[in-house]
Parts: sequence; structure tokens; C-alpha cells
Amino acid sequence: MHDSVGQILITTILSGNFVLAMFLGMCPFLGVTHSVKVAFPLGLATTFVILMASLCAYLLNLVLIPLHMEFLQLICYITVIAAAVQLVEMFAKKQSPELFRALGIYLPLITTNCAVLGVALFQTARNYSFVQSLTFALGGGVGFTLALVLLASVRERVRFSKVPNAMMGTALTLMLAGVLSLSFMGFAGLGGGE
Amino acid sequence: MIPGKNPPSNWSEFIEGLWQRNPIFVMVLGMCPTMAVTTSALNSISMGLATTFVLAASCWMVSLLRHFVPKEVRIATYIVIIATFVTVVDYAIQAISLSLYDALGAYIKLIVANCLVLGRAEAHAARNKPMAALYNATGMGLGFTLGLFMIGGVREILGAGKLFGLSLFGPHYQPWVVMVLPPGGFFVMAGWLMLFAVVRARKARGNTPATLAEGAQNA
Repeated sequence: MHDSVGQILITTILSGNFVLAMFLGMCPFLGVTHSVKVAFPLGLATTFVILMASLCAYLLNLVLIPLHMEFLQLICYITVIAAAVQLVEMFAKKQSPELFRALGIYLPLITTNCAVLGVALFQTARNYSFVQSLTFALGGGVGFTLALVLLASVRERVRFSKVPNAMMGTALTLMLAGVLSLSFMGFAGLGGGE
Repeated sequence: MIPGKNPPSNWSEFIEGLWQRNPIFVMVLGMCPTMAVTTSALNSISMGLATTFVLAASCWMVSLLRHFVPKEVRIATYIVIIATFVTVVDYAIQAISLSLYDALGAYIKLIVANCLVLGRAEAHAARNKPMAALYNATGMGLGFTLGLFMIGGVREILGAGKLFGLSLFGPHYQPWVVMVLPPGGFFVMAGWLMLFAVVRARKARGNTPATLAEGAQNA
């Protein structure tokens, strides 16, 4: 509740990384990490959507809580997120069509990225203030991008190595993700913990 | 949900999701809850059943509305339908068991963002009759529950030496703690996938099919 901005930032990026410690946003994490070239822009797009979602969720709470309509929270959040994703999609289509094609189905799928909805839900559950919420969202987005880029670079390296048949495909990716997650556990305690 | 008297076609819809196209191990959908809540067998099953309810109810609803929803706004419509049912489940669990609610935390609400639910609504329910959609969704949901249980059970046994809270190996067992921590989720899931790959390769080579049954029973 009284976490400082720096604490939140460090926690969300490293020790409490959204993907590797809280398992939010697994689908793009396993799906689009074939190459860094695609993973990085997707990470940035997601970060932007997370920030938007966090901002909107905070504003929505200002309206919903005084009216005692908390049961509408979830529906409102997800609608706002869907709208934000649509905005990003239009922007990407206009600014860089080739990136738009590379991201493909994963761009609209940001809507169903748990990380985005997760930020909105966690910041509400933890009663974060306005600045804390935005920091939480920014840290989460950066952490998400970091995890995506790390896994993508590892996968680029192992692409040509000889792997036992049974481990091909998803199993290998999961194994790599596990090792990555294991190493991120080394950051535990940084930022004062939860 | 209604496993009694099914015509064969519905039955095959049901079985398809349960095993042949298991959402977790074959389609690799809905990974966030798969990893996050499978620290114990009980959590896994509750999460699986909650998802099954949302999946079945929203697929049924989507299928009923499939002729009325304009194509352009279908995803938004589906999401609102799903979010409604998730809110129902969220409040229901809170009323039934507060300790379970605390253990699952925000992940109940995150069922909205489970790609399995939206994926099924889009790929199956929007093109099929309500009953077929209901059977398929129930099968998929139970398949999801089975997958969660297979991961959650292994993680609880290895990481805490227990199953459903009952101690299995006596007081001298040294728990393999990392298995209930985040990396364990990745490792156990990878382990199952590898086991399946090995079994499939064996079967393809025409060796003992007995290993398949064994692999399925080890769950």
C-alpha cells in the first residue's frame, strides 16, 4: 500500500516480473518469441496498452466506486481495453504496415492478454494511488518487454542446435522459460518484497 | 455438465476436447491460469471447474446469438458475454469459500482474458448449434480441468509432498520447493509435453502401446 515509486518499479520489472513470476501474458510470451525483431515491438505495443488500461481503470474506479457499482468493474475494464487495442491497431496499420503484418493475430490478441487486465485488477486490489498505478503499469510493461526479448534471444540461439526429438517445440520453449524464471528468482527481495 | 444420454455426435464433440484436442497439452491455450494457480491439486480443480462453467455458459450464449451479432462487433460482444459470466463466478466463489477466493486471487477475474474461452467462442460456438456448442465447451472445460489437475497434482506432490493436503511421504520428506514456485510450473508442463512426445514417438514406431496407458494413468 505504501510502496514507493522506485520500489514498485524494481519489483515489477525484476523480482515480481509479470511473465516470469506472476504468469501474466503467457500466450504472446510463448507465441511471438521466435525472433527479437517481432518480440520487441509487440512488447512496446503491449506496454502502451497496459499504460492506457491502467489510466482508464483508475478513472473508471473514480466513477464506479462512489456509485457502488463494483460488479461492473470487470466488464468496464475489458471494454476499455478492447477499445485501446483497437486504437493501437489503427495506429500500427497507418504508421508501419510491415510491422502490422509481422505481429498479425497477436496484435488484436493483446485484448485477451492477461497482463493488461491483470494490471487493472491488481492496482485496484492493492489500492494504488494514481502515481503508483501508472508506475506499476510502466514497470509491468517494461518487465513484459524484457521477458519477451530475453526469451526471443535465447530461442534465436537454440534454433540451430541439436535438440532431442521429444523436446522439440513447446516443451523446449517452456524449459527455457523455466530456466529464465529460475534466474529471475535470484532477484527476490530486491525492492523490499511484497 | 449433462453427461447422461448423449447422441454419438455430441459425445464425440465432448470427448474431443477432453483428450484428443486437450486445450492445455495439445492446443496450448489458456497458459496464464495453467501456470499461476496450479500450486496445489485443489486450486487447480477449482480453477478448472470455474473456467468450465464460464466456457460452457458463454459458448452456449454465443451460439444462441450467432445469427444476431454483426460480424464487425462480434469479438467485443463475446468479451462482454464472457465478462458477465466471469463476474457471476467471481461472486459465487466469494460466497461459497472465502479461503479459496483468496487462494485464487485475481486469477478468477482473469478468466476473461483466458484465450481458451474466446478462442472456443470464435472457433466453435459461433458456427454451431447451441447444444453442440455446449457439449464441446463442456468437454474442453473438463479437458482443461484435467490438464490443470495433472500439472497441479505433480507440483503439489513434488513441491510439498502432499496431495489434496494429505501428506504422502511421511515427515522425513524434504520438499522440492522450487516446484511450487513459478519455475516449477514451466518445468512440470514441459515434462508432461516431453512424456507425451516420447509416447507418441513410441506408438508411431509400433512399440509397446502399454506405455500410453501408463502415461495416462500416472496423472
